[in-house]
Amino acid sequence: MWQWLKQLYHRLGSPKWFYEITGKWIPWLAVLSVLGCVAGLVLGLAYAPADYLQGNSFRIIYIHVPAAIIAQSAYVMMAVAGAVYLVWKMKMAAWVAKVIAPIGASFCLIALFTGAIWGKPTWGTWWVWDARLTSMLMLLFLYFGVIALQQAMDSEESGFKAAAILALVGLVNIPIIKYSVEWWNTLHQPATLKLTEKPSMATEMLIPLLIMIFTTYLFFALLIILRTRNEILWHERKRSWVKEILEH
Amino acid sequence: MSLVTATIKRDLLLAARNPGEWLNPLMFFLMVAALFPLAVDPDPKFLSKIAGGVIWVAALLATLLSLDALYKADVEDGSLEQWLASGESLYGMALGKALVHWCISGLPLTIMSPVLGLMLSLPADAYAALLLSLLVGTPVLSLLGAVGAALTAGVRSGGLLLSLLILPLYIPVLIFSASAVYHAGIGMDYNGQIGFLGALLALAACLTPFAAAAALKLNLSR
Repeated sequence: MWQWLKQLYHRLGSPKWFYEITGKWIPWLAVLSVLGCVAGLVLGLAYAPADYLQGNSFRIIYIHVPAAIIAQSAYVMMAVAGAVYLVWKMKMAAWVAKVIAPIGASFCLIALFTGAIWGKPTWGTWWVWDARLTSMLMLLFLYFGVIALQQAMDSEESGFKAAAILALVGLVNIPIIKYSVEWWNTLHQPATLKLTEKPSMATEMLIPLLIMIFTTYLFFALLIILRTRNEILWHERKRSWVKEILEH
Repeated sequence: MSLVTATIKRDLLLAARNPGEWLNPLMFFLMVAALFPLAVDPDPKFLSKIAGGVIWVAALLATLLSLDALYKADVEDGSLEQWLASGESLYGMALGKALVHWCISGLPLTIMSPVLGLMLSLPADAYAALLLSLLVGTPVLSLLGAVGAALTAGVRSGGLLLSLLILPLYIPVLIFSASAVYHAGIGMDYNGQIGFLGALLALAACLTPFAAAAALKLNLSR
């Protein structure tokens, strides 16, 4: 297992290998994310029972929770990729980190936006200065900071490095977001899903949510792959294997 | 270690000979705080409620203003390269620089803050909390800010970018310290918030110099 992981890691460093292998994955990921999205939304919007407190308005959870989860895991992934780049100088890691930043920021924006829509009927307001909301807003600002810093540097390489350092420093925000609903007495409801406990919602509501989370991860992977392939083509445009692809 | 102390001494001497460096942020601090009663409401009852938060926001902005210049001169005149060539640890340098920055920004702000408290009719019980929170909180601002200053030292018009990078990281400090002053003002216990600030300070003092050192090397490699 360890040997296999090590091999995979070394292969991931090769842009050519990444480009070829992900080319085969794209159709699968695309089909699965469309199917999963349709299944999850149909089950969630049409078949799951209405919440006894919130009525039908709770159904936005099927967009809100997956987006919020991805926004946080994308940040961690970006920081890890940045650390890999800083330590091992692996170019692929820098491109992946660069590519994740705007995707993560978009998911963060979606989570905040759907949260506002959900907040209006349940809390009576679009926005409150609650710990969870404020820390998600911080996450969005951190994404903006990383993107801005990367673009401000004269050379692309130092942009990657500076953005990686900032992403690592900003990593302290992730546990603050995660535990904000437990540390502080907030308006935002506690986590819906926990690995260690029985889920706090009915199975008919839970299954569509799990499908949506899984599907959003697939969609996220698809986005990363598509954008990283563009980066690869751009940076390796003078290599013979890219020229061959572009000629066909 | 002597090189670090020498740099600290030099920077403090430079600040003493060029008082604008530490006086300008202080003036800025005063003016920003003076804008709030003019713009919002000069009623003392209302002001006493928001005084702690206003003083903290003003202190935060004043700190930010003075950060831009922290590494600029050293990058431009080559001191930084000499430092790296000397083989002395960049960690110590980054920590020393943050300390100097606190001495010329955070410390004067802390000393000045009771005057502002008076102008904004801060409740009498809140002065101790204000001083304590500034004393523990402003070093965190300097330490975090030094990372941003090191990252943007080589960037043209880095000042605005610096604020963009660092402000989100300042939010936890602002939340805990403003809440400490507010709770003291209404006669409640504020040990918890000061404890959190202390934890942030310990964490920042240990970890941010690593990030600042890495960012400084980045400027040299170009």
